[in-house]
Amino acid sequence: MSNCPTSTSRRKFLNAASVLGAGIVVAPGITLHGISPARAGSTAVSSKIRWGLLVDASKCTPDCSACVTACKTEHNLQGHDRAATDPQWIRKVDLRDRKSGRTSSLPVMCQHCDEPPCVDVCPTGASFKRADGIVLVDKHICIGCRYCMMACPYKARSFVHEVTINQKSYSPRGKGTVESCTFCVHRIDVGRQPACVEACHKDGNGAMTFGDLKDPESDISKKLVAHGGSRIRGDLGLDPGVRYQGV
Amino acid sequence: MQPVTYSRLQTPSPTFFARLAGILMVVVIGLGSAWYMEHNGHWVTGMDNQIVWGMPHVFAVFLIVSASGALNIASIGTVFGRTPYKPLGRLSGLVAIALLVGGLSILVLDLGRPDRLIVAMTHYNFSSIFAWNIFLYTGFIAVVGIYLWTMMDRPMSPYNKAAGTLAFVWRLALTTGTGLIFGFLVAREAYDAAVLAPMFIAMSFAFGLAIFVLLLAVLYDATDRPISEYLIRRMGRLLGLFVVGVQYFVIVYHLTSLYATEHDGIERFILMDGGAITVLFWVGQVLLGGLIPLLMLLVRSDLLAISRLCWASVFVILGGLAQVYVIIIGGQAYPLELFPGRSVSSTFFDGVIHSYIPSFAEIGLGLGGCAIAIAIILVGMRMLDFLPARLDDKMVNPHAQD
Repeated sequence: MSNCPTSTSRRKFLNAASVLGAGIVVAPGITLHGISPARAGSTAVSSKIRWGLLVDASKCTPDCSACVTACKTEHNLQGHDRAATDPQWIRKVDLRDRKSGRTSSLPVMCQHCDEPPCVDVCPTGASFKRADGIVLVDKHICIGCRYCMMACPYKARSFVHEVTINQKSYSPRGKGTVESCTFCVHRIDVGRQPACVEACHKDGNGAMTFGDLKDPESDISKKLVAHGGSRIRGDLGLDPGVRYQGV
Repeated sequence: MQPVTYSRLQTPSPTFFARLAGILMVVVIGLGSAWYMEHNGHWVTGMDNQIVWGMPHVFAVFLIVSASGALNIASIGTVFGRTPYKPLGRLSGLVAIALLVGGLSILVLDLGRPDRLIVAMTHYNFSSIFAWNIFLYTGFIAVVGIYLWTMMDRPMSPYNKAAGTLAFVWRLALTTGTGLIFGFLVAREAYDAAVLAPMFIAMSFAFGLAIFVLLLAVLYDATDRPISEYLIRRMGRLLGLFVVGVQYFVIVYHLTSLYATEHDGIERFILMDGGAITVLFWVGQVLLGGLIPLLMLLVRSDLLAISRLCWASVFVILGGLAQVYVIIIGGQAYPLELFPGRSVSSTFFDGVIHSYIPSFAEIGLGLGGCAIAIAIILVGMRMLDFLPARLDDKMVNPHAQD
């Protein structure tokens, strides 16, 4: 039977068909993988960049809350008219110097520290810092212990106290977990500006500058070189990525 | 002194199961409270984005701190060789494990996502004292379990001293870790102090012994068995010493804080302007938890009777709860100082003293945790020989005449 010419030709046919079949299945994948350029959003995050935000408080007015509105819209941070438990990723803080009486107004959000206390204290590692300096919460492993909220010097984090609805696919939220400003990482990864910065330029007074703190040619770096910038609670040595001028 | 014999809880079955059922009802209330909180979300509690840890954490920290303190009775007997305490070693170990399990139950059930407990057990960030505490807490249960084994199984008795020493060191580490949950918080002015670690150890000594004394008194009174006056006086002096220790660390903590001008605000809040927090500090923590028990325990201590020791223990426990409340709630109620030297206001309660009213669910969960601890103690005593059959003078007083 093994020397039967019919059997041999059938085997050859089956081998050839297998190779052809495998080629049909695999080749498009290889071809597509080879020729399609990587999108900005799929490139690895690099520590050569450190994203930062500069707020010029001299341009920020108490009556403007464009950044806050934009953040709520972008991430669908719907409240339940319960101020104490509703989330606030960014808020306007009005200051008044106790001695001189000088007033100013500025937005405060997650300061995206280089040495973030929230990351240090998180027991599961849900709070983490990306290589480019953005501090985030992995909602899949956050157990809702709120230790990060105890540790954050900026009161930047909110606990999700109730069910969330109509979530944005790029900004998942979940009852029982902690959340905070993401620097609109979904926008940054495709080369856009955070929603608050965009709104500040469009509807506000252009008080915010976003960019790469490690790039000396970036706008933010040039402004910091020219006019300096202060850090909230700089004494703690956390090196926040958010800087302020005119405070 | 005579050799110690141990027995199980001899309460008749109907009485025992009726009491256990009563305790389990409180456990059910606790579980129901947890379900209510998790189902609706934490907005139904008194906790919010300002006071993120509330009444459940007060109960949990109190029980966890007390757990390590309750083990002291065994440690004093095994590690420090004080024979009058040796008969109580087994019960001490059981109470320690039970209090810890009760406290941990509260902590876990208060999590935003208690269903993710498995995540907490499989993902560790070792720069977090919380993660270390998971090991310290579970390890404590294992170490005390082995310690109990060496006390209760004769072939294991050669390892008793080693196990007791390990348990003692472990309990010191555990309470240090619990204190450092707050001590490592650089952001908040009320915390960020290394002295919190030894203060928590002193607190554990006092709270744990007070709980143990009450339990012992109830158990022996119920069965009409006398407790040696010698033992009562020794425990009374020890409790007094521990209360002095707690007050010492409280004074050091506040004096250090007062010395730094930047902490004037938080100190003024706790000591003078804090409303309920200030009342709890002076009346609860200092008066009830400190001065009154000290007077009761140290004045004419040679005439100390069990009733006086019990009342002093009740005051230490109430004062202890007040102290933990002041630390946890008071420390959060004072706003974060984002811009020193400036008054601030915002839609997120910046610059505002935060108010906190615990909900029934939170209190229910806390009491449920206490009930879990009591249920474990009851069942443990019922099933194994934890109780010394006698605690009269001939059993515990090395100077007693046979």
